[in-house]
Amino acid sequence: MTKPKEALLNPLFNNNPIALQVLGICSALAVTTKVETSFIMCVAVTLVTAFSNAGVALIRNQIPNSIRIIVQMTIIASLVIVVDQILQAYAFEASKEMSVFVGLIITNCIVMGRAEGFAMKNDVKLSFLDGIGNGLGYSLILMGVGVFRELFGSGKLFGFEIFTLSTEGGWYVPNGLMLLPPSAFFLIGLFIWALRTLKPEQVEQG
Amino acid sequence: MQRDSIANTFVVAGLLCGVCSLMVSGAAVGLRSTQQTNKELDKKRNVLVVAGLIGPKERPSEAETNEKFRQIEVKVVDLRDKGNARYAIDVDVATFDQRKAAKDPEHSKELGQDEDVANIKRREHYATVYRIMDGDRLDQIVLPIKGYGLWSILYGFVSIDSDLVTIRGIGFYEHGETPGLGGEVDNQKWKDLWKNGKKAFDEKGDVSIEVIKGVVSANAKNPEHQVDGLSGATFTSNGVTNMLKYWLGPDGFGPYLNRLRRERGD
Repeated sequence: MTKPKEALLNPLFNNNPIALQVLGICSALAVTTKVETSFIMCVAVTLVTAFSNAGVALIRNQIPNSIRIIVQMTIIASLVIVVDQILQAYAFEASKEMSVFVGLIITNCIVMGRAEGFAMKNDVKLSFLDGIGNGLGYSLILMGVGVFRELFGSGKLFGFEIFTLSTEGGWYVPNGLMLLPPSAFFLIGLFIWALRTLKPEQVEQG
Repeated sequence: MQRDSIANTFVVAGLLCGVCSLMVSGAAVGLRSTQQTNKELDKKRNVLVVAGLIGPKERPSEAETNEKFRQIEVKVVDLRDKGNARYAIDVDVATFDQRKAAKDPEHSKELGQDEDVANIKRREHYATVYRIMDGDRLDQIVLPIKGYGLWSILYGFVSIDSDLVTIRGIGFYEHGETPGLGGEVDNQKWKDLWKNGKKAFDEKGDVSIEVIKGVVSANAKNPEHQVDGLSGATFTSNGVTNMLKYWLGPDGFGPYLNRLRRERGD
């Protein structure tokens, strides 16, 4: 039996959805050019994972086996649309910048993976905590990547100027690669490397 | 009822769909008015920024934005009317959505290959113009422009002074160009170049503004018709040139600007 604390904290370092399970990479590339959009994406994914887990767990004993995936999909998709609508109403500029990537949370493997892998077998409270935990694990990496990319790509953090760019009369020549998606691959790779050096049991046996 | 029976499968699927659709439509309907206000405010802000009435980083409140917008006359121009470019009377200015109209076959025309300078496929019949007034006098006029860059259509505005030749500002509110290269169309320094009295038309009245490759040299023949290119972004720079050529030209707002010139009496 998983303990509530484990459900919440394990996904941070011991079983990180991006670093260990290598899920949810797509959005980690797309929205991390700025810390602000990364942050909103993190909140959105955490909420969707938590509530979809809770929703699936709530009806896990009623879901017929033959349609369980589509049932999970329906719950996830509805939650994502609701989140998207809320963002358009209360965080318009950020939602404009993130455009389709909020909608694409539907296809984020973390959400689906937790619904199928955890919420189908556990009660509502534990599943909700697992959702929050996995959302936080995802957020940890996303925020890390976002901080690096915005700082070295545009010399800013949360939109505030840290390094003055050479194009604006300062000294810092921005690293253009940081603004392009591949840089997120390198950063996530480095992060995984660091994590697996600290926790050698995560290294896959090849 | 058996969990895996056919009947239960239908019951669960039906109930779930009902609950989820209530949730989704509840959110969509409940938040629609806020979203609508956001969209309108965003557009108004973009117009105000291009016109230089608010700073590029200012985020005025709804009330302030509407207050500033009061000195702006919004009109819808009939682009099909090559002679006079009359204001459309059968269109409600407040609800007219130019971007929607551009996609609707009934409200737009398909562009032939040689016509389609800005690479936009279709051009809407009606277009919104924003007349920024200084009392009764026209101060400047903000026109919507769009055109293809390297990866995406850039949507923006250009502002023309009341002399109907000088450009007062340019800005894009939506595009998907490469960050750091073509994405630099959003760079304030580059946009400021457009405020140095660049002339959109030559003596004959043809559109002659051009984003060149490199930097405009001090001894260029007519530096007021040239703007520095974005380095590493030739396609985006050309895209900007082309969309200005199209939208200020005879198929775009050319006839409208001509009418304003006639009305002014030259």
